Amino acid sequence: MKPAPFTRHVPRTVDEVVSALAEFAPLDGRILAGGQSLVPIMAFRMARPAHLIDINEVEGLDRLAVDGDYLSIGARVRHGAFHKPVIDGPLGKLLAFVVSHIAHYPIRMRGTFCGSLAHADPASEWCLVAATLDASLVVKSVRGERIVPVTDFLEGIMSTSLAEDEFLAEARLPLLPDDTKFGFYEFSRRAGDFAMSAALVTYRLVDGVIADAHVGIGGAEDRARRILEAEDVLNGNAPSPDLFVAAGEAAANAIEPLEDIQTTAEYRCDLVRAVTRRALERSLL
Amino acid sequence: MTVHTKGSGTTWVGRSIRRLEDPALVTGRGRFTADMPATHWVRFVRSSVAAGTIENITAPERAGIVTAKDLAKLKPIRPMLSKFNYVAVGQPILADGVVRFTGESIAAVYAPSKDQAEDIADQVEVEISEGAPLIDAMDALAEGAPLVHADTKHNVIVEGRIATPGFEDVWKTAHKVLHVEARSHRQNATPMETRAGHAAYDGSTGRVTLTCTTQMPHLTRTAVCDILGIPESDLRVVAPDVGGGFGQKMSLAPEYVLLVWLARKLRSSVAWTEDRRENLIASFHSRDQHVQLEGAFDKSGKLLALRGDIVANIGAYSCFPTTCGVEPLMALAELPGPYDVRAYDCRSRGVMTNTCPMAPYRGVSRPVITFVLERLMDKAAAAFGIEPTELRRRNLIDKFPYTSATGLVFDDGSYKETMEMAIKAIDLDAFRKRQKIARDAGRYLGIGFATFSERTGYGSPAFAARGMEITPGFETVYLTIDPSGFVEARIGSSPHGQGLRTSLAQIIADEIGIDPEFIKVVHGDTDRSPYGWGTFASRSLVLSGGASLLAAQKIRAKLLKMASHFLEAAPEDITLQSGSAHVIGTDRSVTIASMARAAYHQTHIFKGEIEPGLTETGTYDPSGTFSNACHVAIVEVDIETGRVEMEKFLVVEDAGLIINPMIADGQVHGGVAQGIGNALLEEIIYDETGNILTSTLADFLPPTTHEIPEIELHHVETLTGNSITKAKGLGEGGAIGAPAAVISAINDALSPFGISIDEMPATPQRIRAALRSSGKLPSNGKLA
Ligand SMILES: Cc1cc2nc3c(=O)[nH]c(=O)nc-3n(C[C@H](O)[C@H](O)[C@H](O)COP(=O)(O)OP(=O)(O)OC[C@H]3O[C@@H](n4cnc5c(N)ncnc54)[C@H](O)[C@@H]3O)c2cc1C
Repeated sequence: MKPAPFTRHVPRTVDEVVSALAEFAPLDGRILAGGQSLVPIMAFRMARPAHLIDINEVEGLDRLAVDGDYLSIGARVRHGAFHKPVIDGPLGKLLAFVVSHIAHYPIRMRGTFCGSLAHADPASEWCLVAATLDASLVVKSVRGERIVPVTDFLEGIMSTSLAEDEFLAEARLPLLPDDTKFGFYEFSRRAGDFAMSAALVTYRLVDGVIADAHVGIGGAEDRARRILEAEDVLNGNAPSPDLFVAAGEAAANAIEPLEDIQTTAEYRCDLVRAVTRRALERSLL
Repeated sequence: MTVHTKGSGTTWVGRSIRRLEDPALVTGRGRFTADMPATHWVRFVRSSVAAGTIENITAPERAGIVTAKDLAKLKPIRPMLSKFNYVAVGQPILADGVVRFTGESIAAVYAPSKDQAEDIADQVEVEISEGAPLIDAMDALAEGAPLVHADTKHNVIVEGRIATPGFEDVWKTAHKVLHVEARSHRQNATPMETRAGHAAYDGSTGRVTLTCTTQMPHLTRTAVCDILGIPESDLRVVAPDVGGGFGQKMSLAPEYVLLVWLARKLRSSVAWTEDRRENLIASFHSRDQHVQLEGAFDKSGKLLALRGDIVANIGAYSCFPTTCGVEPLMALAELPGPYDVRAYDCRSRGVMTNTCPMAPYRGVSRPVITFVLERLMDKAAAAFGIEPTELRRRNLIDKFPYTSATGLVFDDGSYKETMEMAIKAIDLDAFRKRQKIARDAGRYLGIGFATFSERTGYGSPAFAARGMEITPGFETVYLTIDPSGFVEARIGSSPHGQGLRTSLAQIIADEIGIDPEFIKVVHGDTDRSPYGWGTFASRSLVLSGGASLLAAQKIRAKLLKMASHFLEAAPEDITLQSGSAHVIGTDRSVTIASMARAAYHQTHIFKGEIEPGLTETGTYDPSGTFSNACHVAIVEVDIETGRVEMEKFLVVEDAGLIINPMIADGQVHGGVAQGIGNALLEEIIYDETGNILTSTLADFLPPTTHEIPEIELHHVETLTGNSITKAKGLGEGGAIGAPAAVISAINDALSPFGISIDEMPATPQRIRAALRSSGKLPSNGKLA
């Protein structure tokens, strides 16, 4: 339960981060953000990075602000920052609702939004938020900066399109129109555990019918993603119990369920059906 | 200050005084094994495979490492039973050529710090040629199965059978026969504090002090000395504050033997703190059982006969001192529970597999057998079309003493009364109405009752029935009032969080008229306390309490004699209270403290009529007493996901006279919480290669406060002649009844689907799979 030996580097600027990465990533170096995923797996010695580039003292990375039509979340912004709505309107409320489902209070005070995305656990709530809301991710390295849509960022179980020498400097979440409705529901064995399936939905009601539906599912497949089949069921129809059941059914049929020793594909689909419908029901509360 | 002692009309016993042990614990001044500094730190290199032969062990150069070949002179751990076809098998301190479970220690490395030891252990390479592991007991029973121990004929290590005469004749008269095939999966007791040991060699005496987190310091001393072949006087075992044990710390950890051996070899201090992963994979496991149970009922729903077959997976070795017979044999003797049934035929086997060894865990087999028996009673109630409580009413024992079909003698209890109280307190009729309304709205609420007995406080006669080479029993207490007038009770049992220091002080206080705050209870140190068995089997309050009372009665008699000398009054006219002896109806008194001085420093004044000193010994070895309780769970089952929400839990408990209600309630609350975890969440899962998939607390899931509902608690106090303090044990009851009540409630909730959940834990996956198999779920997943 003690990590294998490693060297810690403490850059103060983004430039220092990228040059440290360029130097140490090839020598088995990694970013250390909140440490809430990395440190446990190092303690089990399932990860043995030789170098850690600790970004906790890098200036500017704690920035959390609206830039035009998106919310910018720097790499040092902790989960706990979202406990209270960070902005007026539905996005702030959505984030505050979702954050209470992530782990436990002490973990939320350390773990970072961007760290969750970089870690890419299929059940991560922030990955689900990013996928559902079509986030863009700002990735930096000594080679420069690129902006990656979330669909190109999340690649699979704990795998992203970040190159070895790149780091996730910022996540951008599009602001939601004021009349956006949202609903979130997750299923886990105990309070604070990783979700065995979770759904996040957003949509607007235009003349009583659903428009611009986003249905995201996490924890059920190798990565969180929008389920277009379920969105198609919703768009253009008035919310109703039957419609929500149908959307749940569509989501359950569309996924390629993860299986493990305790969770059969069938059961995972049961959960997706239930969480999707329940997230939709909550959107009306 | 108000006086509450014998003679004053008010007593210390029966009051929720604050625990004397808590000021230190809640201010961070508790003393735990892992806090101690040491010169060398040990890390165990553990097997990553379940079965195989060790080909080679390579360590980095200059590493401090111990392997089996260094320990050739040590005896294996080899507990014995003289009955029940027991096959003795030995467990080497470090795997000797063969590994038999994932997590078994193969080598021990030592270094100046914990971290260095872990780094070195990481570099030790072990080559093992893998064999085919046996994980499930049923596979180990199969004809031609490989043997876990090559020197045995089969994997059945212990087998018991009880059959009452004329069983078949009774069986034939049955009106209805009900059957349960149940499975209880493997669990880990998960104490907050994992195991830890610290062995320090004393150069001047050659003695070693082993400080470790154990429930049984004296047995640890005996076992370690037997294995090393050294006199017991060369070893002192200290159990400082212990952060929970639940049985996991009442079996000998081979690791502690290694620590003592190494401390002697290095002539230094060595320490080991188990990490959570080691605890989950390689400390002890429990509750891995298959139970088949059939009940024959007459027309009126009276249970006539019970037929059972129990298979307990006891893992790769037999635990010391109880042996692995503890689970199967307890199940065999206690399966009929609190029900009046005269015909009984049961076979119970303990089977070896390539899994972590089994050890007792709070309730031992009773959480399992209670769950299975209560499933049978619920099924019978359904078959007879009556309330489950009505069926129990027709079958619970109500005349005492009651001698069971297996020969157990039940003393006075309140089996029916506690159930009737529970029915009232929970308002069963109102619940049934609410349940119906909810069902009509597509919500599935259920209620479950568990009525059970808890055999507690039993001494050597009861344990002797098992034929153990080491037969636990008596407890001894040395009670001293020292010249300062303070009281010290040195006890053999070894509490680890139960508040025994406070409860015993209350018992002693009433007898000798000295307030509990002046009474220090000393335990957990073989140099300071009398030989005792430790704390397990809901025994400490009954046995150490009884022994304390006996010793206190002797001190009382002596104090009265001395007071009679000082006050020139007859002993019958004197009371002891609040630190003084008083002549009743006068203002004449003498302080106990001044008499204590005299007992040591002024002995001449007693002219040889009173022996010097103020120390008395009490030893108590009773036959045992049965506590009983009724547990009620109310749950809601989410049929779409299989999730179980606990709405409410209610307990009506009868543990005889309650010494400290707050402490008693705490024991029940904790037990119920653990039982709810057992019922719903906790499961050690092996894959088919024998690797453990639940080696962190993110996978093995103890309940958190979120998962535990409000627990309503009522006490009934049936005073028994079987315990001189009138107190019965209650340490295990919470955990015994809760799984049965929760699973019964789940089944009640799901009764419209005609399914039966006979597995523990009842996980959402299992519940949902059963619902699916019912064919009664509407196709869109949601009931109209
Ligand atoms: C008991 C427990 C329960 C938990 N439950 C949940 C839960 O329910 N839901 C949930 O979502 N999470 C949960 N977590 C994980 C937690 O949210 C983590 O904080 C999060 O997943 C990772 O964020 P971090 O800042 O701690 O990253 P770290 O642990 O520091 O890093 C994780 C990985 O991401 C990399 N990394 C981190 N930041 C960057 C970056 N900016 N650029 C590139 N790479 C980076 C690291 O190199 C590392 O590989 C739980 C954790 C624990 C211990």
